[in-house]
Amino acid sequence: MALLEVSHIDTYYVDSHILFDLSLTVEAGEVVCLLGRNGAGKTTTVRSIVGLTPPRDGAITLRGRDIVGLPPFRIARLGIGFVPEDRRVFPNLTVHENLEVARRTWGNGSASPWTEERVFDLFPILRERRRQAGGTLSGGEQQMLTIARTLMGNPEILLLDEPSEGLAPIVVETLREQLERLKASGLTLVLAEQNVRFVSDLGDRVYILEKGMVRYQGSMARFLADDEVRQTYLAV
Amino acid sequence: MSGLSVGMFLFLVSVGMSLIFGVTRIVNLAHGSFYMVGAYLMVTLVEVLPDRPWAFWLALVAAPLGVAVLGGAIEVGLLRLIYHRDPLMQLILTFGLILVISTLVLLVWGPDNKSVSRPDALAGSVLIFGQRFPSYYLLVLGLAPVVAVGLWLIFYRTRWGMLIRAATVDREMLGALGVNVAALYTQVFAFGSWLAGLGGALAAPTVAVALGMDGDVLTTAFVVVVIGGLGSFAGSFISALLVGLLQSFGILVFPAVSIVLLFAIMAVVLIVRPWGLLGRPEE
Ligand SMILES: Nc1ncnc2c1ncn2[C@@H]1O[C@H](COP(=O)(O)OP(=O)(O)OP(=O)(O)O)[C@@H](O)[C@H]1O
Ligand SMILES: [Mg+2]
Repeated sequence: MALLEVSHIDTYYVDSHILFDLSLTVEAGEVVCLLGRNGAGKTTTVRSIVGLTPPRDGAITLRGRDIVGLPPFRIARLGIGFVPEDRRVFPNLTVHENLEVARRTWGNGSASPWTEERVFDLFPILRERRRQAGGTLSGGEQQMLTIARTLMGNPEILLLDEPSEGLAPIVVETLREQLERLKASGLTLVLAEQNVRFVSDLGDRVYILEKGMVRYQGSMARFLADDEVRQTYLAV
Repeated sequence: MSGLSVGMFLFLVSVGMSLIFGVTRIVNLAHGSFYMVGAYLMVTLVEVLPDRPWAFWLALVAAPLGVAVLGGAIEVGLLRLIYHRDPLMQLILTFGLILVISTLVLLVWGPDNKSVSRPDALAGSVLIFGQRFPSYYLLVLGLAPVVAVGLWLIFYRTRWGMLIRAATVDREMLGALGVNVAALYTQVFAFGSWLAGLGGALAAPTVAVALGMDGDVLTTAFVVVVIGGLGSFAGSFISALLVGLLQSFGILVFPAVSIVLLFAIMAVVLIVRPWGLLGRPEE
């Protein structure tokens, strides 16, 4: 059984139909990339999964359990971690407090739970900023904080919406290495991205979205070898 | 002196109102009613409890708790249904609550004014700088910093306080991180009601406990909250002291215009800083 299975979902923002019969699967330990141009429906797919914009039709199951219609906090507690596209750190809370509000207070979670110390080992810059307000961090630091914050809930699967967007190349490289380490630790990742270079080493499989539909799926290697697919769906 | 203690009651009511607004974005017009219910519960509790020195203090603890339960029940039963509705609906609902609560108070306690006698230990007065002050006011004034520091510790030193501050900026994100925001709203509403109830219970021995006290305090608390900045706890504190003092001096100097003065100050603040002294501009 797949860890996460999205089958035939249709998602709307009020009256506008955004996702059409969209399906995807994520196996435990995999890194799955959702690629697509602006407005392709990447964010909507992620929001559908975490319950912020639940689909009107179709099913989403986590280890076989249907999660459609559960409030987002329940879905988060079942082990789906969400890192939003616009960062959304709590600007009025310190780095420490941002981590503290997201700390897992329910169930046991995994055998080796994330602690503030462990996320600081992964993102050392945050340790230096511990007492600083979230709003005063640089863009890259804020991105690291949102990831660290979600890790504090000990998710089984981490959904990241365009983590590299708007970051300087050197910061993007650091972030990529940090995600590599998360992958190596066995965490399952779903990466919504436009930046193919950012995910080409990291990802195992690729889905390409266009106009709210899956247009292509395949292994990363196959995708990278296929210039035509990239031209058709991703080039500007 | 009495101005300062009036400022204290106002502070309790407005900080609760501001807290509720900051988190739930509901302007709770019934907040003055919670203050009134706190005072009436105090009347009843002091009456029914045995005539012992501890009775007053027990009542002072129990009455606000009763108001907190009432507030929590109202949040779960009514407000929860209208968070996503437009602000006008919310105003109509909380305005309706004012009418319902004052009718219920009339039915339960009757139309006559009530009073609560001060506890024996604080019935007298003390001499400060050659002036006599009722000792009860000293208690109220002594409590002010305790409550303020207590609130500060709660907001800035507990996880619950962090959750509240996070909820004021991004509740959707907080929910997606696994926090049960609906339950947090109920807790915040009950806590805000508790503060109003505490204000009412503390005020009971200093005023005539009467049906109109909800409206009086609501108007002033509303001004306090707007001046301080909706949702800002420190802002409410400073502005409550300011307004409390202003009211008492205003009444001394030119009684007729003190309420006008109040609104004039609010208008000036709104023109210069539309988000209040210490509030945040809306994005
Ligand atoms: N709140 C909304 N209300 C109505 N339509 C929306 C809303 N949010 C997004 N859309 C529309 O849904 C479609 C998919 O948007 P979505 O944000 O999922 O795309 P995306 O792939 O994440 O794009 P980007 O790369 O720009 O983040 C777009 O056509 C967009 O205009
Ligand atoms: Mg997007």
